[in-house]
Amino acid sequence: MTATSHQAAAEPIVTLERITKAFPGVVANDNVDLQILPGEVHVLLGENGAGKSTLIGLLSGLQQPDSGSIQIDGTQRAINSPRHALSLGIGTVFQHAMLVPTLTVAENLLLGGPWWERPRKERLREKVDEISKSLGIAVDLDAYAHDLSLGEQQQVEILRALIRDSRVLILDESTSMLTPKGIEELGSLMRRLVNRGLAIIFITHKLNEAVSFGDRISVLKLGRKVGEIGPDRFKSLDKAELTTQIVEMMFGGQHSEDDAGFHKPNPLSTAEPPVLVLDGVTLESTSTAPGLNSVHLELHPGELLGIAGIDGNGQKQLADALSGQSRIESGSITLNGKRIETHSVGERRDAGLRYLTDDRLGEGTVSTFPVSLNFLLKQIGSPPYWRNQIERRADIDQHAEHLIQDYDVRTPSAHTPVGRLSGGNIQKVLLARELSDGAKVVIFNKPTYGLDLSNTVSTRQRIRDIAASGLGVLLISTDLEELLELCDRIAVMDAGTITGIVENGENARTEVGRLMVGLSQ
Amino acid sequence: MGSLFSEVFLGALLFGAVAAAVPLLLAGLGEQISEKSGILNIGIEGMMIAGAYFGFLVAYSSGSLWLGFLGGALAGGIVASVMAILCVRLGLNQIVIGIGLTLGLEGLTALLHHVQFSRTYPRLPAADVLAIPLLSDIPVLGPALFRHHLIVYLAVALVFVMIYVYRRTQLGLNLQAAGDKPAALDVAGVDVVRTRTVAVLSTGALAGIGGAYLANIGAGIFVPFITNGAGFLGIVLAMLARGRPVWVLLGALLFGISLSLTTALQVAGINIPTDVIQMIPFLAVMIMLVAFGRRSSLPAALGIPYERGAR
Amino acid sequence: MESTTTPAGTVTDPIQAMIHRLLLTLGPILIALIIAGLILIAIGVNPLEYYGYVIKRGLLSPTGVQQTLTRMAPMLFIAAGLIVAFRAGIWNLGVDGQFLLGAVASAASAPLLAAVMPSWLALIIAFSLATTVAMAWSLLPALLKAYHGVNEIITTLMMTFLGVSLANVMVKLVFLDPGTTVPQTRTLPVEDRMFRLFDTTISSGLLLGLVAIIAVHLMMTRTAFGLKLRVVGANPRAAVHSGLGVPSLTIAVFAISAALAGLAGAVDILGVQGNVRADWNPAYGLAVIPAVFLARLNGFASIGFVFLLSVLSIGGESAARRIGVPTTFTLVLIAIVLIVLAIAEYADHRYQNARRT
Repeated sequence: MTATSHQAAAEPIVTLERITKAFPGVVANDNVDLQILPGEVHVLLGENGAGKSTLIGLLSGLQQPDSGSIQIDGTQRAINSPRHALSLGIGTVFQHAMLVPTLTVAENLLLGGPWWERPRKERLREKVDEISKSLGIAVDLDAYAHDLSLGEQQQVEILRALIRDSRVLILDESTSMLTPKGIEELGSLMRRLVNRGLAIIFITHKLNEAVSFGDRISVLKLGRKVGEIGPDRFKSLDKAELTTQIVEMMFGGQHSEDDAGFHKPNPLSTAEPPVLVLDGVTLESTSTAPGLNSVHLELHPGELLGIAGIDGNGQKQLADALSGQSRIESGSITLNGKRIETHSVGERRDAGLRYLTDDRLGEGTVSTFPVSLNFLLKQIGSPPYWRNQIERRADIDQHAEHLIQDYDVRTPSAHTPVGRLSGGNIQKVLLARELSDGAKVVIFNKPTYGLDLSNTVSTRQRIRDIAASGLGVLLISTDLEELLELCDRIAVMDAGTITGIVENGENARTEVGRLMVGLSQ
Repeated sequence: MGSLFSEVFLGALLFGAVAAAVPLLLAGLGEQISEKSGILNIGIEGMMIAGAYFGFLVAYSSGSLWLGFLGGALAGGIVASVMAILCVRLGLNQIVIGIGLTLGLEGLTALLHHVQFSRTYPRLPAADVLAIPLLSDIPVLGPALFRHHLIVYLAVALVFVMIYVYRRTQLGLNLQAAGDKPAALDVAGVDVVRTRTVAVLSTGALAGIGGAYLANIGAGIFVPFITNGAGFLGIVLAMLARGRPVWVLLGALLFGISLSLTTALQVAGINIPTDVIQMIPFLAVMIMLVAFGRRSSLPAALGIPYERGAR
Repeated sequence: MESTTTPAGTVTDPIQAMIHRLLLTLGPILIALIIAGLILIAIGVNPLEYYGYVIKRGLLSPTGVQQTLTRMAPMLFIAAGLIVAFRAGIWNLGVDGQFLLGAVASAASAPLLAAVMPSWLALIIAFSLATTVAMAWSLLPALLKAYHGVNEIITTLMMTFLGVSLANVMVKLVFLDPGTTVPQTRTLPVEDRMFRLFDTTISSGLLLGLVAIIAVHLMMTRTAFGLKLRVVGANPRAAVHSGLGVPSLTIAVFAISAALAGLAGAVDILGVQGNVRADWNPAYGLAVIPAVFLARLNGFASIGFVFLLSVLSIGGESAARRIGVPTTFTLVLIAIVLIVLAIAEYADHRYQNARRT
């Protein structure tokens, strides 16, 4: 509680033992052990889907583990609610800002006090003054939360945790939206905090941050903890060695299987003129999403071009801009020699541009509609399934039966609501819909996200086949293995900008990996 | 035409406006609490009429108007608790349940009235008036504005209480957070469901008092369907006021004046159908909506049930 | 739920599903009848006697059943209009205003037109006028919703208050029948009204209403346009993703919904009432809104519920005279059915989810 100087040898504040948590279809945490010690910045590293967010959810009381135990100060506890987590001294700064936009900073900090009380603004001000002076952060208590930059919002959330005497501070991907300077500042702030005896759990994708800010690193992969580097080893290695070791933990492991089958760049790809050209495509960023920063890409027929990057760096915006769901501010998109940036979604589809969204239930399908209609969601009204606008049930059903067979969709019937199918089968419905006649360019957004192994394998094979049949394929993915396995070239996206394009080959793993974690090529 | 601007006419007009505005004000302030916390309370008409009936019943059998208001608040609160369980806790559709409650309570109160009062049609004596010293002696304005039942002043005072609650209390912060970003409230350690339940119950109590006012002070009698859309008007007022109590007051007065104007004109012998004047506030509001409605600033989570950790 | 009529391939599943649905509908109705029966007992009425009398007068007596069927006509049109709106995710709570303005438009025009032209032509023109007026009345909420995202609940509620007042103003000031002292519009002579079916008193409006609601049902379930509306209603983001023009579809929904409400007014006037009296407002909308929800927005099921509503209200009117249970008891009954059904659906949903994991 009090901020006296603890030493590294202290007892752990939080101990996780054999924590397992499953969601329908995914095991998010699989027997994870973790110890959080005071005076340490404990870095959690891992790709998207490695199970970091779930772990945070468990610690902050948003979710309950299926099995395993959580001990606080050596006694076993169930963290029932966020309120309970706070009272145990665990404060969390979530990846997506958890401030009420219409309240001021002070009001946000006061949320959670006894409801009958008058918010004690004066006491808050004193406390904030004290903390911010000793830590060197400055916040304007009277500003509205929606007027703050993401970095400022984060500082407010850190402040909130400190005001509540948190002993453990969780920072969930806090740097993903910060400027380099903001990241530096956050790093030194963390150092000052742990020097006061706090424990910090710092979640990040970026290696250099992990290496320069951390005391201890744990690496998660597919829900399991695959390695840990303690403070002693941490100090004994220099940055370069540390980086290599971590890269090995994060991206290695599958070498033995995959190395032989390195994807050979397609010889066709540059021989023909590009089928899709993006030139200077720009989109303003909004308060919740990054924009696009003069994106330039060329895609040749038969080519598989990957877009790598940490989630939320403009990949979705790129897909929306291409599919026509959002209008670009400047630049041009050329499909088969024709400018299409002003065309509607339907016109682009008719012209051969197809988009498989990653949000399969949110926007890709209507979950209460039968599979048969979801196959035709983007062609409503067109013959032969509709004649004179009247539905032709027999044709629709026949079409559905064909696609169900061709794409091996496992469904009780063509009339089953699509929301009842598994993720893999919903993905097959989308594949069948988008690849139907006339496709020239297909954009995949995280096509295997949340799928099990066999569906992942078959989806990847399908993507390969599509490119082999002469279509241009743009594959957006946060899974580096997938990109390395499939693509001819891999572009890396960071904060709405393409930071580099790598030819797939022997060194591609390292090069893309380095670009992805923010190191230069 | 001289009579139109006579002191008597103006006085009656203002007096009537205040009297007619009070139930709308209570309904609007009540609805505002629910909406602020993210619940679209369409059942408020039902809560009002429950309050009108039960408030009248209690006042009539006890002889005390204050017990009547208490009864109204209680009845409104009970109806609201049904809404809270079904819509806040279980997350059922707020519009379906709201309309269901309104229909059911309109029917039920009419039925009970039929059983109990349809032969006797009992009336309450005219309510006591509290004349505020000095102020009530101001010519024209005095009798119009400062000779009302105490509940009228309390209702107006409630506007300022609510301003205080919204801006200066922990409860106010919680309510706003529950409507604008419930997840943020949850991680700050406040139970969203509990906060919204409190809001819906308060709405019910205030609507019930508003209903009791309609029966006990406005009419002195309960008749079936006495609320006649006052609850729905409350919804309109709350949505237009965008979270600010003062705007509910102004809106309620606007509608109150138009209601009062129709009676006043008839008394003055000018024969304009009441409907013409009743249209004016709606017209004004629609015009305002067309002109300024572009920035719709309803709470972001209005009408959406909260589920922790839903991604 | 989406209606998918029995597919040929699978046999047991849809039948089981239908039985499940039926149980999930009839069970709660039975429970609601019991609860409402308890209320009747509380006020000293034998529920069996009441329910028996309602069925006898609303359903089994010749005059009763004719009244019941006639009463259905406007409600069927309103139900049709609501189905279009609700399936497209638009909360048109302004049907009562649209209904009344349609009624006034037809009442104002038909008697004058019938005097100078054949009555069939007069009726057609009156119908079109009612439709146009009601559609125009929904234009403002439609535009505000489609282009500025203004919540349609508030705008349609306001427009319905305005519409009810405007209808009264029109009746009292503009279209007043000079021939009587009662404030009402001119009356359409009985011989010029819509013809009656066979030798009964049942208005042909019933047929039109049935045609309207079935047409709407088929439009929503069998046509491309209906499917587009359902996509917008079920998942607006999927609609954008699929390239549907959401704003224009929204405006179309308002127009169709209001037009049907206007037709409901016209059918009631031209078939049954003959004129609009001042302050006349049957407020069918508020009763039909829950009914179409009970029917889960299915046209055929809505016919059933409107019929039930009609039986209850005609039977309830007789029972009011005979047994002394006021007509408002019908509202209580409907409300209880609605709430019990909603709870049953929730419980079923939870049960299915629990079983699946």
